[in-house]
Amino acid sequence: MTTPVAPARQPFAPTAPVTGGVGESPRRPDGALKVKGEFAYSSDLWAEGMLWGATVRSPHPRARIGSVETAEALAMAGVLAVLTAADVPGRKTYGLEIPDQPVLAWEDVRYQGEPVALVAADHPETARRAAALVAVDYQVLDPLVDPEAAMAPGAPPLHPKGNVLRHIRIRHGAEDTAAEVVVRGDYEVGMQDQAFLGPESGLAVPDGEGGVDLYVSTQWLHVDRDQLAASLDLPPERVRITLAGVGGAFGAREDLSMQIHACLLALRTGRPVKVLYSREESFFGHVHRHPARLHYEHGASSDGRLVYVKARIVLDGGAYASSSTAVCSNAACFAVGPYQVPNATIDCTVVYTDNPPCGAMRGFGAVQTCFAYETQMDRLAAELGIDPVELRLRNAMAPGSRLPTGQAVEGAAPVAELLERIRAMPLPEERPAGPPDLRSLPGGVSNVTHGEGVRRGVGHAVGFKNVGYSEGFDDYSTARVRLSVVAGEPQVEVHTAAAEVGQGLVTVQAQIARTELGVGRVVVLPADTQVGSAGSSSASRQTWMTGGAVKAACEAVRSRVLELAAAKLGRPAAELALRDGAVVAGDAPGPAGAAEIDLTDSAGAVLVSLADLLAGEVVEETREYHHRRTSALDPETGQGEAHVAFAFAAHRAVVDVDTELGLVKVVEIATAQDVGKAINPQAVEGQIEGGIAQGLGLAVMEEIQVVDGQVRNPSFTDYLIPTVLDMPPVRLDVLELGHPDSPYGLRGIGEPPTISSTPAIVAAIRAATGRPLTRVPVRPEHIVGVPAPESEARPDPEPEGG
Amino acid sequence: MRVSCVVNGEPRHADDVWEGESLLYVLRERLGLPGSKNACEQGECGSCSVYLDGVLVCACLVLAGQAEGAEVVTVEGLAAGDTLHPIQEAFVEAGAVQCGFCTPGLVVAAHDLLARNPSPTDPEIREALAGNLCRCTGYEKILAAVHLAAGRGPAGNPREGSR
Repeated sequence: MTTPVAPARQPFAPTAPVTGGVGESPRRPDGALKVKGEFAYSSDLWAEGMLWGATVRSPHPRARIGSVETAEALAMAGVLAVLTAADVPGRKTYGLEIPDQPVLAWEDVRYQGEPVALVAADHPETARRAAALVAVDYQVLDPLVDPEAAMAPGAPPLHPKGNVLRHIRIRHGAEDTAAEVVVRGDYEVGMQDQAFLGPESGLAVPDGEGGVDLYVSTQWLHVDRDQLAASLDLPPERVRITLAGVGGAFGAREDLSMQIHACLLALRTGRPVKVLYSREESFFGHVHRHPARLHYEHGASSDGRLVYVKARIVLDGGAYASSSTAVCSNAACFAVGPYQVPNATIDCTVVYTDNPPCGAMRGFGAVQTCFAYETQMDRLAAELGIDPVELRLRNAMAPGSRLPTGQAVEGAAPVAELLERIRAMPLPEERPAGPPDLRSLPGGVSNVTHGEGVRRGVGHAVGFKNVGYSEGFDDYSTARVRLSVVAGEPQVEVHTAAAEVGQGLVTVQAQIARTELGVGRVVVLPADTQVGSAGSSSASRQTWMTGGAVKAACEAVRSRVLELAAAKLGRPAAELALRDGAVVAGDAPGPAGAAEIDLTDSAGAVLVSLADLLAGEVVEETREYHHRRTSALDPETGQGEAHVAFAFAAHRAVVDVDTELGLVKVVEIATAQDVGKAINPQAVEGQIEGGIAQGLGLAVMEEIQVVDGQVRNPSFTDYLIPTVLDMPPVRLDVLELGHPDSPYGLRGIGEPPTISSTPAIVAAIRAATGRPLTRVPVRPEHIVGVPAPESEARPDPEPEGG
Repeated sequence: MRVSCVVNGEPRHADDVWEGESLLYVLRERLGLPGSKNACEQGECGSCSVYLDGVLVCACLVLAGQAEGAEVVTVEGLAAGDTLHPIQEAFVEAGAVQCGFCTPGLVVAAHDLLARNPSPTDPEIREALAGNLCRCTGYEKILAAVHLAAGRGPAGNPREGSR
């Protein structure tokens, strides 16, 4: 038998009985499936009669399309459809903020790898070969690849409204201010890739009535659906999306990739169509982190107080808008770091070029500026002769401190505390004397040094960013919670559209339901568009927003259950609580009494079991959770209460550098982060450790090399991400300082680890080498050889060892 | 062509296999075993790690025809029914699983490591797992999972498992 038996429609339905409420670390409900290889990722899906889609992509970063000839491809045996832009029935463009990106290019291509045509065939190799037969007549043009040139007057416009996608101007305090000590620097951040492991993929299944079901890995089901409906020219309810297993996201699944393409092919052929990108195609299939050029000037008093910061930041948005406008805002708002800066002049511009489109990646604008401002702080410390941590402490934000946008930080702003904690942590042991273990040295078992030329350095950095969507967006999430009795036992079903992307959201949703309803058996249903939007699994927001929605829906269910119990028992509902599957006597009567009872407290007599109380009755409630409103930034001054909340972390890096070969071994990362409240401590640690790994990647290895608009390294052979040999042990200090305005006092946790880990590592390499290192990723040639003439290299430190 | 091999203890055949198909493709698309993953398909990420006649390989780098007559063990072949293999159990317990896309490959690679070295040190684990990329965890919990499985002694020895 060779009939495939892979699951065609295995929904994401963790159902294993698991215990554990808020603040515990229960096992992931999808963990057993994942370790057995039985979890259905979007790339694993299969359906009877399924076809494979392939995408014809432009080899040129900039060209005019003359004609697209499809006849030869269509004539190939096994090919069932070849589609071009003319076959897009609805809106021919899409986009998260601005619909400027063609579903399939028709006149202009603006980046290498832009989709031009689609093929569906009965075997993936047939589809690929047919795609190669689609003849596109390109008039090749010189690509516009330098963002500074793109924003210069007279530059050829790549889009009708010109090349400046957004300019944020922030003016805070006085513009003309003098300071006793001034340091200036130019910095550059390369293009980083999210490099999730699960390639873009999904299965579109036509419903036979003109509509379509799509099973896909994404970060926001409803924003996908709305863009699909517009381009397919279907009402939204005829485009149903179910989240398939997601193999990581990190921002790269915010934009559409194969979604519209698969649906177009499925609707055309009337058969299920699977699209699965190869790793190479994946590099062209999603947006990347914006490369940045940053010019900074810091002025300070001689005792190390910041007087002013001037920043000019240019972000390369690439060919299409994606979420560039929001990334630009973040880069501007957090441009001076978590410091008290009385005067700030910030100009941040994101421009269109013919480079690959850039958009969301973990840290979202805050990463690029943190590298620059933290390097500036180290330079300022050196100039002043002050310890770098001490300089940061003198300028650290505190509760109530204002950003350059005028917004005050509410709740904890533990910048000084985080810095003091990482400084106080013990340092790793020095390399022992005697024959070295090669595995502990730069270069490892390549046997390039036995310790000679190896120097150790230590660096510190701190950073912050916003949690949630900003600038007046009324963001929300929706949860439906249903309590019923199944086989004599109470069971809670939680239904949201929130994307589990690996972060553990399914675990957290169940934990919240257990805590709020006192019921152990919680089933988290597959995320789909049959329930209201959950917003995006982005911006460190999903535990806060969807956690808040689940909590609110649970509270509504609990309220109804307690009313039922009150009627049956003849006692006021306010004196009742839910615990261990039963209604129990509350011990803190009052309006909020039930909610405040510690559900783990065994005190409280059982009055009636939920099984007896509910019998056949089902209690179901749906709630939306909205965060407090924010406002836009003033277009002239950049002033405004634009952000919901902020999250902070600090990192200390210890590195060993082979100063003769330029090889870096990160020895240890120490970090302190305020998470507000750790809903699941084990998952918090996992987010922090994983985020640091991505920060390490940007510091020393990860960059998409783009030359004349052409990506030179679209593979894991040439685009390096950290292996277990590259990633050092992490020393963790997790603070739970609470937040005044969030469910359980939690803050977002996913992004801060990726923000200041990069500058901490580069500061450590600087300490070891004396090199200025103004660009990330740091390459061996930045560490060895004659320093560049413009560099301000300090004298080399005394060599050690030998 | 037809490819016949023993997969997870069962004789299996796949017909109409194109000569260019990899063992990974045949496992995933023709034999209904999508547990081995396809993150890079050029031998860099280790997510498709399987045993081929007892040797740890990247299934993406093995042509389907090379598996003719061979014995293949995939991640799906490690658990005994619903009972997880101790290494799988340790991965879940230690929090070594996030998105999970690397997990099947890491579980098989860790299985191979512990078969060769029941009590590996940190550097030994790092060396053994250096061919398996993970983008979510930063590897700390993966190291913890391997130590956890190893520390459970004979029960954690894959020789005692279902392989």
